[in-house]
Amino acid sequence: MKDFAQLLDGLSYMASRNGKLRLIADYCERIPDPGRGYALAALTGELSFAAAKPAAIRGLAEARSDPVLFRWSYDYVGDLAETTALIWQPKPGANRPPELTEVVERLAMAAKAEVPALVERWLDGLDATGRWALLKLITGALRVGVSARLAKTALAQWSGKDLADIEEVWPSLKPPYAALFAWLEDRGARPEPGRVPSFRPLMLATALDEAALESLPPEGFQAEWKWDGIRVQLVAAPDGVAVFSRTGDDIGAAFPDLLEGIGFQAVLDGELLVLQEGEIASFNALQQRLNRKSPTRKLIAESPAHLRLYDVLLLEGEDLRAMSLYERRQHLETWYRERQPERMDLSPIIPFKAWEELAALRADARAKGIEGLMLKRKDSTYIAGRPKGPWFKWKRDPLVADCVLMYAQRGHGKRSSFYSDYTFGVWKEGEEGDSLIPVGKAYFGFTDEELKLLDKWVRDNTAERFGPVRAVRPGLVLEVAFDALQRSSRHKSGLAMRFPRISRIRWDKPIEEADRLETLQAQIEV
Amino acid sequence: MLATAETLAIVKARYGDAAAEQYQALAYGETLKLGEVALRLVSAGHVLGSAQVVLEWRGVRVVVSGDYKRRADPTCRPFEVVPCDLYITEATFGLPVFRHPPAEAEVARLLHSHLLFPERTHLLGAYALGKAQRLVRMLRLAGYDRPVYLHGAMVALMTLYRELGIELGELRPASDPKGEKLAGEIIVAPPSAIADRWSRRFADPVTAAASGWMRVRARARQSRAELPLVISDHADWDELLQTIQDVQAEEVWVTHGNEEALCHAAAGLGIRARALSIVGRGEAEQEAAL
Repeated sequence: MKDFAQLLDGLSYMASRNGKLRLIADYCERIPDPGRGYALAALTGELSFAAAKPAAIRGLAEARSDPVLFRWSYDYVGDLAETTALIWQPKPGANRPPELTEVVERLAMAAKAEVPALVERWLDGLDATGRWALLKLITGALRVGVSARLAKTALAQWSGKDLADIEEVWPSLKPPYAALFAWLEDRGARPEPGRVPSFRPLMLATALDEAALESLPPEGFQAEWKWDGIRVQLVAAPDGVAVFSRTGDDIGAAFPDLLEGIGFQAVLDGELLVLQEGEIASFNALQQRLNRKSPTRKLIAESPAHLRLYDVLLLEGEDLRAMSLYERRQHLETWYRERQPERMDLSPIIPFKAWEELAALRADARAKGIEGLMLKRKDSTYIAGRPKGPWFKWKRDPLVADCVLMYAQRGHGKRSSFYSDYTFGVWKEGEEGDSLIPVGKAYFGFTDEELKLLDKWVRDNTAERFGPVRAVRPGLVLEVAFDALQRSSRHKSGLAMRFPRISRIRWDKPIEEADRLETLQAQIEV
Repeated sequence: MLATAETLAIVKARYGDAAAEQYQALAYGETLKLGEVALRLVSAGHVLGSAQVVLEWRGVRVVVSGDYKRRADPTCRPFEVVPCDLYITEATFGLPVFRHPPAEAEVARLLHSHLLFPERTHLLGAYALGKAQRLVRMLRLAGYDRPVYLHGAMVALMTLYRELGIELGELRPASDPKGEKLAGEIIVAPPSAIADRWSRRFADPVTAAASGWMRVRARARQSRAELPLVISDHADWDELLQTIQDVQAEEVWVTHGNEEALCHAAAGLGIRARALSIVGRGEAEQEAAL
């Protein structure tokens, strides 16, 4: 438990991603099975102890400390598990610190009534950090800034195995993952991906450099529209179906209608969209469904899910990833024709002979409500990650607005000494003349050199400080690029920018010439 | 100014010779008569030269603790218990959530991180008086024999401690004119410097900070340290309670910290205690107490 506590403690403070990966790898290297497996399960959220609840912890803490001091301490610390961990005074005598394995295995079998006594004994055996980790573990609220994917990435780095391979076998494994570690340490074979649905990391496209287009042969490429939904992977395995987001999160619970009555086995790559009155609806409508962990029947009826198919990775037990895109598309089309799967269609291929034809289509994309084009080499095999070369996205030109910098906030990790997150606004007419109203926030789009200049500007022009945030005197215009504007009731400005980034710093431009709210409102997409 | 010779030397190094009009050194244990009152200084264990003041008048003894701690510190004398009738104690860490772990274990955590991230610079934020020297000395005792690098604000007191006989090993300025990134080295700096612009010149720094406040996560996060170390030169909760019992005073006055909680706990031990409000003690000063 001591090593696990140190791991959690270290992760909770470590800002750098690489630092976190190193801490996890170091733990896996030092700690034998099954402890490291259980730690991994805790980090990936695969342990849960129904019998241990915060109320029981509070009861224990109050029974073992002065209630007045406990209350004052809780007021000061602000977190129940932490207060309990810190205020706890072990009973004198020989208290043996428990191992993580013992905690996990005992709790899994313990009846609800047994839990308080168990926890009390363990708390007596641990130091403050150990007690904190124990309480976080059993109440299932680790919050140490580690996603399941980051934990798997750490395993990949530590072992030298492919992240994609680890992701693929993961769903069929159970804590404490002895077979996984055996394979990672080259002591055993790779576990078989099981009968439950598992995620295969997606193949992603890079942004097209238009200058490079001339050197590419048009006949070697397949062109498709870039649809404005979310990229997903639908996995239909022998013992279940799932739909995964681009990052491998299972979002099936939000889209039960998509997974209903699937009678095939396949791994399909596509764009998740929603329909309204039979037509593809806006991204906003999809957002409504994404926000609902379990949608109401009414919402499903109004905005049913729809999958527009791009690609196929596995089909009826056969792995097609090593085939060319051209061949995979043939398989996909044949399968689609024969199966006629519900709630799905094929992403159409756009016929073209010359790049100019595509450029003309792209110029029209905004008017048609389409995000842009995808160009994929016909001979490309399906490679996990973002390989450079085979697939390109050719997005429509962004919209831009000249905005005035209003607030700056310190970044995280490597950027923690820089004011790197910028809130900007545009002019709005009011009773007392024009004032600035915030319309968005961006933290990328600039170079490291520009960041240094921006940081200096913020420090030199600070009007007020609120913790990590500084309000600046209006004086700097930022050209902000964004993909779209949407109506929003959550923002004072009444609009929300999609994907804003700083495209240029207009050191030269007087702030009076920045854009006005009316101009932005006129660009809201319906 | 009346103080131990070490404290006077520290005052002069920090604030210049003009900090006081007159200086009078009093050795630990030596008695000074002030009319009917006998005054002596005894060790407080806080930092080098720190003292409690013992006042005696017609058989009544009052002890003013000043800042103190009960744990071993290789850079200063241990705390001395002086039984008395009235004890005036500090209470910086006057809540039962403040229990400092063994400082050696915290230093071991720093060294483990140094092993784990050999390509990164470790920036250790520490109060410039006492804490910084204690940490360097503890690193030496733990076997760390590389040069320790110093932020400019650390140099004067480090030099003084060394002159006063504390072994600190090889020390070097961190602001190397060649602009070295000092990958794999440990740099001691004021807490405010570890996550600000100064830190950017080093190799992807791991920021550490040593203070008793690091015990509480919300406070530790405010310091922006990736490696908070719970090491303090003040008595923790247990030490405060231990001390007010050890001195066997009839009455205890509590100041400089969370008076309310310590008075409550003292009452539970059957000791009469009350809060002593000292005018002019602000939040800012409390922040500085590390």
